[in-house]
Amino acid sequence: MSARFSPPELAGTDFEHPLLEVSLGPHHPSTHGVFRMDAALDGETVVKLKPVFGYLHRNHEKIAEKCSYLGSMPFTDRLDYMCSLTNNWGYALAVEKLTGLAVPERAEYIRVILGELTRLINHSAVVGFLLQDMGAMGTPLMYAFREREKILDLFESLTGARMMCNYMRFGGCRCDLPPGWIGQARGVAAKFPLFLDEFEALLTGNEILKARTEGVGVLTPELAVNAGVTGPMLRASGVNYDIRKVDAYGVYGRMDFRVPLGERGDVFDRYMIRILEMRESLKILDQALRDIPDGPILNLNAKLRNLRPKPGEAYGRIEGPKGELGFYLISDGGPNPYRYRVRPPSLINLTVLEDMCLGQTIADAVVILGSVDIVLGEVDR
Amino acid sequence: METLEQLKARIEAAAPGVRVEIVPNGNPANPASLLVDGGHARAAAAFLRDDPALAFDYASNVTGVDWPERTVRERIKVKRMAGGVEREVEEVCERKTPAYLEAVYHLYSMSRKDGPLILRLRTENRTDRVSLPSLTPVWRSCEFQEREIFDLYGIVFEGHPDLRRILMWPEFADHPMRKDYAEPDDYEYEPTPHDAVLARARGHYPGGTQP
Repeated sequence: MSARFSPPELAGTDFEHPLLEVSLGPHHPSTHGVFRMDAALDGETVVKLKPVFGYLHRNHEKIAEKCSYLGSMPFTDRLDYMCSLTNNWGYALAVEKLTGLAVPERAEYIRVILGELTRLINHSAVVGFLLQDMGAMGTPLMYAFREREKILDLFESLTGARMMCNYMRFGGCRCDLPPGWIGQARGVAAKFPLFLDEFEALLTGNEILKARTEGVGVLTPELAVNAGVTGPMLRASGVNYDIRKVDAYGVYGRMDFRVPLGERGDVFDRYMIRILEMRESLKILDQALRDIPDGPILNLNAKLRNLRPKPGEAYGRIEGPKGELGFYLISDGGPNPYRYRVRPPSLINLTVLEDMCLGQTIADAVVILGSVDIVLGEVDR
Repeated sequence: METLEQLKARIEAAAPGVRVEIVPNGNPANPASLLVDGGHARAAAAFLRDDPALAFDYASNVTGVDWPERTVRERIKVKRMAGGVEREVEEVCERKTPAYLEAVYHLYSMSRKDGPLILRLRTENRTDRVSLPSLTPVWRSCEFQEREIFDLYGIVFEGHPDLRRILMWPEFADHPMRKDYAEPDDYEYEPTPHDAVLARARGHYPGGTQP
């Protein structure tokens, strides 16, 4: 009963059919994880591109529905594993809204400091990865990771973990700053501009970088708003929307910083916005490290274990390094959330991936994906 | 932002025939939401986006929620004849709430820096009449999120440009975020799935698409 083996027709032998279908990923260095792009090419030009996700899907939301409120906190670390502290913050903020819990001032300052350090980590790494995607193998990424290590050392001395920090709690933070930590953080923040200057001297005026990024992957502000794009990508298109300014959560209302905006919405603007945002983050860090008050770090009324919020719902959102990170919680009065939803900025920013790639070459599609800044732990959840 | 009562009146004026209901939030510190009927949802959404005084140009978050049939115990006062005298007696009555699936939209206005306005759409039940109009033609940001709800909850969004499974694989037959979802026994880590395991696994796939 053996059927005769007939070899499949070779792709590309059909000269009447001009489109070539290419599957980029799921295991491809340019996709930053297990992510796939199904592209149809006319020559080198992209005429269709569909992102395919789900390779890292573990149904984080369902797991959280079976966990206590506190039990989900370590899981949020694993969403965007580059920025565990901002994930903690978003979740803590949503639960605080649900339970009406106030956060002591010192804890708010610690959160701002950690949030901005996380933004520095994320933006420097994503610029490094973007350059890596363009073929600048190693050097920019290693420069970025060198700085990232210093900040991860700070996280380690504070939380005990470099990446999966699990640090914030409903109504405050888990433990106080160790002695001398603020001085160390000041030292890191003071040296960071030197790295940025070095990085910019190497990259910003670079002819190859400009040729690869200027006018590539343009995103119009109208489409960006309608497609729910948030974070640096939205501001690179010139839309002034930063949740740190709009909602002024935490103590961001007291901080003096500006929101950099792009003009053309191309990959170069997205690169430049991240560099400028790092400089603004350093300003916030300076102010927060200077003004941080003494006091408790956890609300004394905070109930961590066996928390049973009254029935109701709340949506808490923060300006994560990648965009609007939101947590939507519905409580039915039980010990675990009835519904727990993560609004993943990485996934929603990918909505416009095809629009940005159409008409560009396949090599540019890789660069455009790099400029979106995705982490698959968050896209797939 | 206008109050929800004002918004309700304006939506009703803009989309004739629409049924809008204010759904209170159990926690009064957080905003209540507007329940819009499926037939007029897209007209109402387009009005909310295009009206210059509202300008909800940004649909941030789209969530699916599963509400199976629940028994609610309520204390109500009833008049009873007791010993020839009419008295008011408190009684506990059990009431069944209808089962439905829900899609919740969190809307913001980027141009006016306002929000959130929470819009809810409900299906008629959670078994056979589970379609809702897609709001992707109004807000592109709903595209992947509605696909995710279709995938994990099984709400069919009519008018969605590309409604496919997004996180689960295309051959998967169930909707894992539903409350009554039964986890299959055929996890991949089963080293050598043997007869009893395979038989149990088959029970989860009535259509026979999986082993």
